[in-house]
Amino acid sequence: MTDPIYTLDLSGAGMWSRIIGRHKTLRLTDLEGGANIGMLLYHASERHERYNMPDTLKGQHIFYLRAPYCLHSDMGRILASITQDTTGWHDTVCGGSDAALVRQKFGDKTFQTARNDFHRNARECFLIELSKWGLGERDLVPNLNWFSKVVADEAGRLSFVSGHSKAGDHVDLRFEMDTLVVLNTCPHPLDPDPAYHPRPVRLEVFRNDPPAADDPSFTVRPENARAWRNTEDFYLLAQ
Amino acid sequence: MSTFIPAFSDLNAATAIYDHTILAGDHWVHEVKRGQTLRIVDLEGNQAADTLFYNAHDPLERYSASDTIRHQAALYLTTGTRLMSTRGNPLLTIVADTCGNHDTLGGACSRESNVMRYAFDKEPMHACRDSFIRGVQCWSHGLGKRDITCNINFFMNVPVSPDGQLRFADGVSGPGYYVEMRAEMDVIALISNCPQLNNPCNAYNPTPVQVLIWD
Repeated sequence: MTDPIYTLDLSGAGMWSRIIGRHKTLRLTDLEGGANIGMLLYHASERHERYNMPDTLKGQHIFYLRAPYCLHSDMGRILASITQDTTGWHDTVCGGSDAALVRQKFGDKTFQTARNDFHRNARECFLIELSKWGLGERDLVPNLNWFSKVVADEAGRLSFVSGHSKAGDHVDLRFEMDTLVVLNTCPHPLDPDPAYHPRPVRLEVFRNDPPAADDPSFTVRPENARAWRNTEDFYLLAQ
Repeated sequence: MSTFIPAFSDLNAATAIYDHTILAGDHWVHEVKRGQTLRIVDLEGNQAADTLFYNAHDPLERYSASDTIRHQAALYLTTGTRLMSTRGNPLLTIVADTCGNHDTLGGACSRESNVMRYAFDKEPMHACRDSFIRGVQCWSHGLGKRDITCNINFFMNVPVSPDGQLRFADGVSGPGYYVEMRAEMDVIALISNCPQLNNPCNAYNPTPVQVLIWD
């Protein structure tokens, strides 16, 4: 790819939200290893359309995300495709931390005592950023957790895989729709690390060419080809 | 799931204060008071009861699939599972279960997802998310599609393998199997009795479910 049109290093337990247009790619890079990025996605102009965990999983017959799979909306369309991925497994079922969980695991650490190293949690970070776009509590749905691996045993019991993501690992999201991206870098809620240790990440945005119909993200599953056609139809009619 | 031991209920259907049969494809909205017990019966077997719960006094607080999964660090719901809200509060606790495998990953069918999953000509088929939308509209409070979150599928079998494969398997439920839960707060229960004709979650044959409530 060419040079990024946007670059930002986000601290651990940081938050960020922007609209990223279609035909642009967001690269997420784990700078130190062990990062987690909680992410929610909304159609930029029709914000009641949002990332849908069940449709993404059952549409692709998977329990986790990796390239070349897609992120499906609740309207049968594709918000973004995973075009590059060096870790091969990202969680989308465990949600984010909340204040009670952070207090229970790590104790209280307030701004009064810790200044900007105080303990933040994913739920409040999401709500703060969502509010800036006219969204709120009713818009909270299961989020993505980039760089975090959680596996299920035969009985459905979950365990977090520590050490999964290494420094320099990255994942590329090619947006197929104009999308409001809301994210934070709070630790994964099932990370057993006894220390509150949120890791920094780099965000870079690149322009990309429109994908072709035989793109691996659309041929990996026939469901994705139909969802991509629904996406193209939306823009064909709307623009 | 081979180790599942059914947990039966002592409650007698004859003493229930409420008894209603939800026909295939219908929606149902009803309040369950704190301390009351709600039983959902799979009358003919292999039916999926797509279910949402809301705090009866503040619908902004509602069932959360990811909070429920995170809280118990497990995917499947059965006796002892607490159904958690978006604010991290228990809405209900499952107190009896003769089926042993209820799904919280698969979500609800919609006309849009039927197109994505099966074929473009499936679009006219009735689907759960339309039933959910009508259900919250009937409850009022100005709710709509924005408030339809990821639901529970009682009696539905969505196995996940350790290597991360997910599939919709034939059901493990049978005629008369039931799940019972105690409300931990006043909740509104919203059920879409799934009309899905395209996958084996209900053996391609949607059938009625029964709901019973005890004080």
